[in-house]
Amino acid sequence: MAKAFTPGLTVTARTTYRARRVLPITGDVLVARGAQVKADTVVAQTFMEGDAFPMRAANILSANPKDLPGLMLKKLGDTVAKDEPIARSKGIFGMMKTEVKSAADGVLESISDATGMVIIRGPQHPVAVQAYVSGEVIEVIAGEGVVIENAVALIQGIFGVSGETHGPIAMANTAANDILDEAHITTAMKGCVVIGGARMTAAAIKKAKTVGAAAIVSGGIDDQDLRDFLGHDIGVAVTGSERTGITLIITEGFGDVAMAARTFKLLASHAGRVASVNGATQIRAGVMRPEIVIPLDAAHHGSGGGPAAAAGGAVAGVLEIGTSVRVIRDPYFGVLGTVAALPEQPAVLGSGSRARVLEVATVDGSRITVPRANVEVIDG
Amino acid sequence: MTAPHAASSTPSSPSGKAPPAPDRIQVIVATDCGSTTTKAILIELVDGHYRQTQRGEAPTTVEAPFADVTLGVTNSVTELQELSGRRLIADDGTVIRRTALTDPNGCDVYISTSSAGGGLQMMVAGVVRQMTAESAKRAALGAGAIVMDTIAANDNRKPHEQIQRIRELRPDMVLLSGGTDGGDQKKVVELAELIAPAKPRPRFGGEYQLPVIYAGNKDAAPAVARVFGAGFDLSIVPNLRPTLEAENLGPARDRIHDVFLEHVMAHAPGYDKLISWADAPIMPTPGAVGDILQTIARKRGINAVGVDIGGATTDVFSVFDGVFNRTVSANLGMSYSISNVCAEATMPRIMRWVHLPMDERELRNRVKNKMIRPTTIPQSLEALVFEQAVAREALRLSYEQHKAFATTLKGVQQQRTVGDAFSQQAGGGTLVNNMKLDLLVASGGVLSHAPRMEQTALMLIDSFEPEGFTELAKDSIFMMPHLGVLASVHPDAAMEVFEKDCLIFLGTCVAPHGEGKPGKQCFSWTLSGARSAQGTMAVGEMQVLPLAHHESCEMTVSPEKGFDMGTGPGKPVTRTVRGGTVGLILDARGRAIAVPNAENERRATIQKWLTALRVYE
Repeated sequence: MAKAFTPGLTVTARTTYRARRVLPITGDVLVARGAQVKADTVVAQTFMEGDAFPMRAANILSANPKDLPGLMLKKLGDTVAKDEPIARSKGIFGMMKTEVKSAADGVLESISDATGMVIIRGPQHPVAVQAYVSGEVIEVIAGEGVVIENAVALIQGIFGVSGETHGPIAMANTAANDILDEAHITTAMKGCVVIGGARMTAAAIKKAKTVGAAAIVSGGIDDQDLRDFLGHDIGVAVTGSERTGITLIITEGFGDVAMAARTFKLLASHAGRVASVNGATQIRAGVMRPEIVIPLDAAHHGSGGGPAAAAGGAVAGVLEIGTSVRVIRDPYFGVLGTVAALPEQPAVLGSGSRARVLEVATVDGSRITVPRANVEVIDG
Repeated sequence: MTAPHAASSTPSSPSGKAPPAPDRIQVIVATDCGSTTTKAILIELVDGHYRQTQRGEAPTTVEAPFADVTLGVTNSVTELQELSGRRLIADDGTVIRRTALTDPNGCDVYISTSSAGGGLQMMVAGVVRQMTAESAKRAALGAGAIVMDTIAANDNRKPHEQIQRIRELRPDMVLLSGGTDGGDQKKVVELAELIAPAKPRPRFGGEYQLPVIYAGNKDAAPAVARVFGAGFDLSIVPNLRPTLEAENLGPARDRIHDVFLEHVMAHAPGYDKLISWADAPIMPTPGAVGDILQTIARKRGINAVGVDIGGATTDVFSVFDGVFNRTVSANLGMSYSISNVCAEATMPRIMRWVHLPMDERELRNRVKNKMIRPTTIPQSLEALVFEQAVAREALRLSYEQHKAFATTLKGVQQQRTVGDAFSQQAGGGTLVNNMKLDLLVASGGVLSHAPRMEQTALMLIDSFEPEGFTELAKDSIFMMPHLGVLASVHPDAAMEVFEKDCLIFLGTCVAPHGEGKPGKQCFSWTLSGARSAQGTMAVGEMQVLPLAHHESCEMTVSPEKGFDMGTGPGKPVTRTVRGGTVGLILDARGRAIAVPNAENERRATIQKWLTALRVYE
């Protein structure tokens, strides 16, 4: 049987999720193997070297750099306070002396007799890594961090902004093709991961932020609304560091597009449960998609029978007759269906290009031909 | 303290093997390990001529679970083996070399380039932004690097901001320059004193010391070495700006290549094996493209521009009067960064190239959808027209950036004569001169895979606005990287394959410089030789004359007053012109190309040009 491969996003009711939580530099791991952690448990911490504050001390003193060491009031390694004198000129006949005052609290790190520069190293910055997802610590990486494992429901979005957060799932819409508007947002959603259906409107985002929601997950967003929310356009899809106060994730794409029914249903089935979400997206080599991770309780642990059972009969990434797909490019953007044919020979598209195509039997009963590059596999 | 390395004069094959003499080379296997695909080509001596005979490709395997670049190489070369019937891969997966020219299996030389894992990423620093820092940037770009940031004493950032920035970056290496030989030492040592305490960490883990190449005032080298001390792998090479009037980029570029192999490549998965397989140093892909363009320009005695428009970035290479320049326009690309192109160019400038009615809000969402699903392709004509409009602006912006960078040396005292009194030009004028441009080469998906050659030709003309007589060509299968590294082993073979198999000549663009009233005569022309014809062109018109790939003609163009073909306004010019798959393209739109503002008139004008060139037939 004809087969092809295409990228797909994971939407699964049960899978084993491992979160590798490590420090950017070596430090202390605070939890032991076998420990149960919550999303906000600090699992490792360290201190980053402080900022360096260069000061042109010889210039300030109007001195030759070579003479600077003799004019220093502090030695290398001395602790200094902001505005504390660290060097002083000899002045004229002992009068009119000029001082160099420390630019920051810290330690005197270097004195250059070549350039007259002095560097103060500021205090260390504490860095802490949280668990992000509740579960069991299955591995301790000495001096770096831990690996946490849990059985979860996992949904990958297509694009997001802002980073990690967590909160209980609150369903704002009742159907996957409902637009998420401000009327659907209530004060009870404070701290929640709010689930919409189709496009999230600018007013809905604004209100969700006002009520203190942790995140919004919905089918789509209008580009203009996203720009207005961020205050700037996104030129390249490398996100996660925005400080917007709320994480946004879209599961399908930009524009008026409904959330895939299976995704909506899966999220709805976990309403009230705590989900960990991360909007960070990186669409370059080493693709990173935003995610919604819902740790399962013991009752869920026993159900499902493993990831393969949750895949709804389709193997992610493989296109074959009967595979459920979604068209991801105009003129059929968002159309759902199943693969009806995989012709071997390339076909001439409306654009005039030749490309390998497939035929899709759509859910509304029609049959369309699209380039293989323009579909993605969806589960179930 | 780590002893600084002295510069090596010429890079040698890292495998320790010397490549065979050119007359012993008849079968060549070359690979380019890209971020996503490893492309292999087979070049053979056929009836006394070097020809590219087969190509194969396979996914690149630098990331988990494979984490060994040579697997992708083996797979792509295996495809060559299957297509050619020549055994090229041994049982252990290595590339087979033949011991005798009569051996039907194996190859004589195996060479490779690489941009996998994000290519070579560098930070450069120089004392004065417009002088030594710019020279350092030129050296890094010319070596094929992506320049993450340029730190300079006068870059309008405070020292602690510079240190913070250096800390954030994770470059593969740092190039530090500053001061002319015998000049001020203090400033460049100060720069070293900013970089050293920032303690930038190398991109690939923390197991090795960050390489720093010092190419500044030679008298300051001992002080710079003291500042970096232990913790850095410092190399000292000759000053890349020994005097204000001279640039000496060669030693710094060579050292960058060496460090790329010794450190960056050696820490990437499987590259130690790849290096040992290859008969010549592995080159960064853009560095190899630059080398082949320089070889072509030198051998043919021409000025040439090459462009490679990718999903994330656009590289522009130029050789004018023997001076090579390369720029990388980060975030001007057709998929990952298409949204940034729209933001930088602005939607009205993109839409000026579109002759079909389109809804702007809908287009903005489509742009974002392309950004988040970068591998999709245009299915409808409307989508293709829009993407090609975006490409025109991405190319135009990249070329603008290139023109601003490819300049004569700044800060140089100009010696003037009385004749210069009325046309004084300060140092730093662009080297790019479209009237002197002889060859414009296109590569990259949107240009290479356009359904019609006419589309590629018009995208090039609209965005680069070549003047006078300019040959247009495209790289058939993105073979320039392979030929760039081949040029280091067998320049004649590289040239021959470049001319015969790499380039598809689209034709010659004939376009006078100047402005005029639409409808008035712009120039008259006569053709003789392979074809005889004559005619006139009115301002605003375009026309294609048939002239096939292997044909050439004598052409005389007589511009009207106010239009210039390179010898002065109104002066006729006779040149031999080369044909191509499109033909001879007569462009009387003037320079700069003016598109009407009124919507209906604009669309009608664009439609007229598209029809003249049969762009979307």
